[in-house]
Amino acid sequence: MTSDHAVDHAHDIDRQVRIYITVFVSLMALTIITVAISRFHPPVAVAVSIAMLVATIKGSLVACYFMHLISEKKLIYAVMALTVVFFVVLLAVPVITHNNGFWIH
Amino acid sequence: MEIPYTVELRRDTGLNNGKIGIWLFLASEVMLFGALFASYILIRTGSPNWPRGDTILNVPLATFNTIVLISSSVTMVMAWASLKRNRFGTFRMYQASTVLLGGVFLVVKYFEYSHKFENGLFPSTSNFLALYFTLTGLHMLHVIGGMAVNTYFWGPGAKLWKTNPDWFTNRVEHAGLFWHFVDLVWIFLFPTLYLL
Repeated sequence: MTSDHAVDHAHDIDRQVRIYITVFVSLMALTIITVAISRFHPPVAVAVSIAMLVATIKGSLVACYFMHLISEKKLIYAVMALTVVFFVVLLAVPVITHNNGFWIH
Repeated sequence: MEIPYTVELRRDTGLNNGKIGIWLFLASEVMLFGALFASYILIRTGSPNWPRGDTILNVPLATFNTIVLISSSVTMVMAWASLKRNRFGTFRMYQASTVLLGGVFLVVKYFEYSHKFENGLFPSTSNFLALYFTLTGLHMLHVIGGMAVNTYFWGPGAKLWKTNPDWFTNRVEHAGLFWHFVDLVWIFLFPTLYLL
C-alpha cells in the first residue's frame, strides 16, 4: 500500500515536471513573439494591447503552474482576489481621471 | 518553543502557516509595484512627448535577461520538485543554478546601468529614465533579496533537510513563490519599459 502510494506520488511529480518544461518553452516562445511584434512598430494603442495581453498570458502561466495557483486552497484564492480588486482600482485611478484618455501620447 | 503548523496543515485553512504568510507578503508586494505602475501610467499619459523604450534602452540585453530570469524560475521549481522526489543532490544543483542565473541577471543589469551613466543618462535626466531606474532598481533589490534567501537554503539552511525534510521542502517552496513573483514582475516590466 505504502509503496503504491509512493509510486503514485512519483508519477505526480514526473507529470508536474513535464508541465514545467512545457510552460518554460511556452514562456520562451511568447517572449520572442513580444519582441518580434514590437519590431514592426505598430500604433501605440495596438502595441500596448498586444504587449499587455502577451505579458498577462505569460504571468498567468507563471502564477498557475510555477506558483501552483491552479491547485491552491480557497484562502489563497480569496487573498489573491482581494489583491486583484485593489490592484485594478489602483491602476484605474490614473486612467479614468485623465482627461485625454488612455495612451493618447 | 516549537513553531506551529510548519508542516502539518491547519484545520481551518487547510494550509501551513508559512504558505499563508508568503502569499500575504506577495499581496503587499503586488500593491507596492502596482503603485509604481499607476505612477508610470499617470506620468506617461500626462506627458506631451514620451520616448519609445527601444530608442534609449538596450532591447537585446533585456531580452537576454528575460530569458535568464524565466530559466531561473524553472530551475527554482525543479529544485523544489527534486526535494519532493527525495533527491537532495539534484536539489542543490538546481538551487545553485537559480542563484547563478540571478547573478547573471544582475551582471547584465550592471552593464546596462553603467552604459547609461557613461552616456550621461541619470534618473534626473527625464521622467522616462526616472521611472526606468526606480522600477528596475526596486526589482533588482528583490532579485538580490531572493538570491540571499536561495543561497541560504543552498548552503547553511540545507541542514534542516537532515532533521526535518518536510519543513525544509516547504521553506524552499515558499522561497520559490517569492522568486517566481520576481520573475512575474519582470514579465510586465520588460514590455512596459523596453518595447512600448
